[in-house]
Amino acid sequence: MAIHEKSLIDAERISTKDSLVIDGVDVSGHWNTMISPRTLTDYDDGFEAKIQKYAGAENVHRCWQCGSCTNSCTMYAQNVNFNPRYWIYLTRLGLKDELLKDKDIIWQCVSCNKCTNICPKDVKPESVMKALSHWMEDEGHTEETASTKFDKEFWDQISERGRIEDSAVLQNFFQKTGQSLNQDWLVEMVKRMIKHLPFVHLFHSGMHALFPPKTKSWGKTGEVLKAYVKEQKEASHG
Amino acid sequence: MAKVAYYPGCALEGTGGPYDRSTRALVGELNLQMENLRDYNCCGAMEVKNVHPMLQTYLSARNLAIATEQMGFDTVMAPCNGCYHNLKKAEYELATSEESLNTVQDLAKKADDPVFKGNVRTIHLLEWLMEEVGPDGFKSRIKKSLNGIKIANYYGCMYTRPRQIYPEKDQGPGSESTYKPHFMDDLLGAAGAENVDFPLKTACCGGAHTLSDADTSTQLVLNLLQAAEDSGAEVIATECPTCHSGLEMHQVRAEKTFGIKTNVKIIYFTQLLGLAMGLSARKLGIHENISDSIDFLKNKGVI
Repeated sequence: MAIHEKSLIDAERISTKDSLVIDGVDVSGHWNTMISPRTLTDYDDGFEAKIQKYAGAENVHRCWQCGSCTNSCTMYAQNVNFNPRYWIYLTRLGLKDELLKDKDIIWQCVSCNKCTNICPKDVKPESVMKALSHWMEDEGHTEETASTKFDKEFWDQISERGRIEDSAVLQNFFQKTGQSLNQDWLVEMVKRMIKHLPFVHLFHSGMHALFPPKTKSWGKTGEVLKAYVKEQKEASHG
Repeated sequence: MAKVAYYPGCALEGTGGPYDRSTRALVGELNLQMENLRDYNCCGAMEVKNVHPMLQTYLSARNLAIATEQMGFDTVMAPCNGCYHNLKKAEYELATSEESLNTVQDLAKKADDPVFKGNVRTIHLLEWLMEEVGPDGFKSRIKKSLNGIKIANYYGCMYTRPRQIYPEKDQGPGSESTYKPHFMDDLLGAAGAENVDFPLKTACCGGAHTLSDADTSTQLVLNLLQAAEDSGAEVIATECPTCHSGLEMHQVRAEKTFGIKTNVKIIYFTQLLGLAMGLSARKLGIHENISDSIDFLKNKGVI
């Protein structure tokens, strides 16, 4: 296939010559940079369809590559390699190996929804980013990311009690990702938090942690939802 | 005056406690009518949709169904941007996709939950205050001016994006704008604050990855804090517990981990409006904020 994408050009394939004569015509100057061709044969025809099976990524085929997503992207402003438009392009072509070069950053999407807000084709790029990071985890290309651990911690609490208790989320998350609670900034934050706090509030927070909030009518809702998700995932990804 | 079902959500039960207390104090002082949403559940926060989007839709719809089917309300009011966004998203999805509606109704029947039937709208606390009181209403009830405190109003991501789920916004004069929201500016301006021209009103604080990608969040929060200070702001007014805690947390982290100190105070807009209504700082939970603004507010003659 023809390559229209700058990011797909390997640096070692670019050659610049000081002087260049082609068929007797001196093209030295602006026309002296050449790219030697390469042929990609390892694309996966079924990849787009595979990603579309992740809930939220159904519209990825609609993309017309306008670049509004990347242009508005919060993470692109942090790191120019974070390029949703390009990843959608690779997804559509089935270039998994190229996509996997960015496997360590795709999960960083902060879900600010600037892309989904601006997209003229309702591709929902934010959901596509999530689908891609989930696919990478599902296929074992990446470890379970910190973000996914956090998502699961939330869902564990909600499926069990209907609500979350945020200090428990924080503690469990630090524990599951092997981080210490004794970090300078965390200690400082707690100090500032209790500076003006009356005892009764501390007592209240303590009780809150010991007896986490619960939705009394939760009943079998958590179980029904878990079964639904299991059934959906099996139907989509086998 | 329409009575609404108040949905505080999980954050306001925990770290966002000061937002809950200041909301209740302010609403009481204004004699507005609200009733707690009965035995609510989490809306799905920002995380659950990543496990499966239908979970978020269901959890949010369950809350809406509690309001209509069990309490007879047609309006749910949420002060948290995350809850507001999720409920609005469910409202939109269930109005536009029959398939989603059927799924939600089937699941509800299986779980013996109240069944979502529609006929309900979600509004943000900010929108409710604009609807019921408005800038002129506030002006006439102000007991203590905010004395020209310079404020950068920070609306965050979820209050305006994606615009598709907020069909009532961008409808000309009087409505909220998704690209340049102004409701907080309108109310705080009426209460005597000076709103600075803040370019990052709807920029992202990195809230979704506030712990899982802490360095990115610290950088994003620093953008906000420094841009606010560069705009001349002394205070950033917030309307979301996740943004608020993120700003407070990463302000400390930027200082301790990266040695970058900023002085701008972070205060919930309800706390600021409450002060203007003559409520005490303690009642509004201002002393519970991590960002310590007590001395600053005293110097400004506001408390």
